[in-house]
Amino acid sequence: MKVTFPHMGYMYVSLKGMLEYLGIDVVVPPACSKKTLTLGVKHSPEFACLPLKLNIGNFIEAKELGADTIMMAGGCGPCRFGYYAYVENEILKDLKVDYNLVVMEPPEKHIGELLGRIRKITGNRPWLQIIKALRFGFLKAKAVDEVEVLSFQIRPRELVRGSTDRALQKAINLIDEAKTTTELTIALERAKELMRVVPAERERPALRVALIGEIYTLLEPYANVNIERHLGQLGVEVDRSMMLSQWVNDHLFMGLVRNIPSSDRFKKVAAPYLNHFVGGHGLETVGSAVWYARQGYDGAIQVLPFTCMPEIVAQSILPKVSAEVDMPIMTLIMDEHSGEAGLITRLEAFIDLLKRKKEQKEALTS
Amino acid sequence: MKGYLGIDVGSVSTNIVFMNEATEVLESLYLRTNGQPVATVQRGLKQLRSKLPANTIVKGVGTTGSGRQLIGIVTGADAIKNEITAHAVAASHLVPGVQTVLEIGGQDSKIIILRDGVVADFAMNTVCAAGTGSFLDQQASRLNIAIEEFGDLALKGRSPVRIAGRCAVFAESDMIHKQQMGFNLEDILAGLCEALVRNYLNNVGKGKEIRGPVVFQGGVAANVGMRKAFEKALGLPVQVPKYYNVMGAVGAALLAKETVSKGIPTRFKGFGVADVEYKAGTFECDGCPNLCEVIEMTEAGQVIARWGDRCGKWANALAASEAAI
Repeated sequence: MKVTFPHMGYMYVSLKGMLEYLGIDVVVPPACSKKTLTLGVKHSPEFACLPLKLNIGNFIEAKELGADTIMMAGGCGPCRFGYYAYVENEILKDLKVDYNLVVMEPPEKHIGELLGRIRKITGNRPWLQIIKALRFGFLKAKAVDEVEVLSFQIRPRELVRGSTDRALQKAINLIDEAKTTTELTIALERAKELMRVVPAERERPALRVALIGEIYTLLEPYANVNIERHLGQLGVEVDRSMMLSQWVNDHLFMGLVRNIPSSDRFKKVAAPYLNHFVGGHGLETVGSAVWYARQGYDGAIQVLPFTCMPEIVAQSILPKVSAEVDMPIMTLIMDEHSGEAGLITRLEAFIDLLKRKKEQKEALTS
Repeated sequence: MKGYLGIDVGSVSTNIVFMNEATEVLESLYLRTNGQPVATVQRGLKQLRSKLPANTIVKGVGTTGSGRQLIGIVTGADAIKNEITAHAVAASHLVPGVQTVLEIGGQDSKIIILRDGVVADFAMNTVCAAGTGSFLDQQASRLNIAIEEFGDLALKGRSPVRIAGRCAVFAESDMIHKQQMGFNLEDILAGLCEALVRNYLNNVGKGKEIRGPVVFQGGVAANVGMRKAFEKALGLPVQVPKYYNVMGAVGAALLAKETVSKGIPTRFKGFGVADVEYKAGTFECDGCPNLCEVIEMTEAGQVIARWGDRCGKWANALAASEAAI
């Protein structure tokens, strides 16, 4: 059995770590690229959203490398993602790209449900080993998130353009290569060291912008046209409302791990604007806008795939939020037709707006 | 004479203005880009050189529009700014106190909300790039009327026809349907203007608070039918500034002035740029499956810029060597 899974940013580091810990063969699909998207667009319904198209591309490319089993997250509720695993499997069947499908539905009541689903892949390995592997995968996700957050802070202040990106890639590879928990601890220290030595002007003030919205387009740099890098190079420190370890803890571990920021902090403050589940992360998106404004952020950018229903609900509420919390919010819709030049124009204009607003505010308070 | 140059390189038109130190626009050019931004700008600079007195000194240059980076490198611009900021700067300069800017160009349409002279909010058309300007152009030529007459004819419409304006494709088929039904041309054109305004206010304006004074600019502002339709929909007077079709260039010149006034000497390469040979070469990078098409700009045989690579391998390589010098 050779297991593969779709790409979502650096999620592969964590999943691969977990599966290899159990001695399962893993095929990581090649990083999302133009080829992936071309394959996906060719074989997907036109009206499906960008994540589905990229997933299909990932699976076709992984098949070429010998994968035979798909591990994929499921879901529930109004967001179409819930049945993507099945739809994708049907599309692949039609293409004669045959896979075994294992869907990781989030547990409804108890973490035991998740373990039951993992059984399909793990076979008769002892429970203790499986739990250890889950923990190892989770630690990797946490480690990756930690260096990513460092890169958000360093990039706007780097002295040589592109040096943060190079260091980040090396750091991620170090974490990826760690085979045991002890190795991972050492790798993380070295990774953080790599980030620390990037020549940068640490004290330089920077605008702070939050990236909020739909998880896939937030995490997958190919899907969001490297928005974090563009913003960083415009001199903006970003924060992402959704980190992998946080999502895993919230949705798969049902918040079992302490000391991880939870999306509950967003849900709590969403209430005056939206107070019930609308599917996907619509509720969290609205809440995160409020939360970041209260943290003193200069602005927020909502990122979503074209046709994403939960995020459209959030998008229509955000102007009101923006006016009341006094923080500009811009929406960017991602699609295979999204042009990078247009995106950069909007980002530049938005940053100009934030800069002027900040200058004005500072002039008033000084 | 001393002054500033502003260049707006858009997908459809390229505009160049020359502004004196008192920020009065002395010359303005409106050219078709024809998909050749560099050649068009060179042509424009040549024309401008012949119009301006020989002792003209350019104190600063600003570029804006989708070709701003490219032309910024070619001309040696002091300010390279996105079109939203440039348009806002120009509008608030020409119409002091403006609170709302409606801008419809060939491809892009945008709304800019200003409060106290500062951009407070903006929006641009998303996802769909069917430009209102290009669409009007196309309909005019299909109906065999000159685009300049479009607006006047639309004003004659007594009872505008309702046209489905959600999307250019639907609007066109609905228009054809209405023609076959026998509606007269003026009413159809007036209806089309109203449909486009409705579409603009719903998809770009999206519930933003539109306060007066309202300025309408961009190529489409020449169309009086569109202006009337805006006034009708908003219930507010809508002004069209004198330089409505070169506002981006005006803004770029103002931004250049602002940059140079900080004491930084201009990087303008001179009107001689018009005679230098610029070549854009392209190659496919095979470093990864993205197969990015990297563009390489050469000035008299020397590479001056590269872009188009997703990972920054080529663009950064040049930036690093620049830093080393």
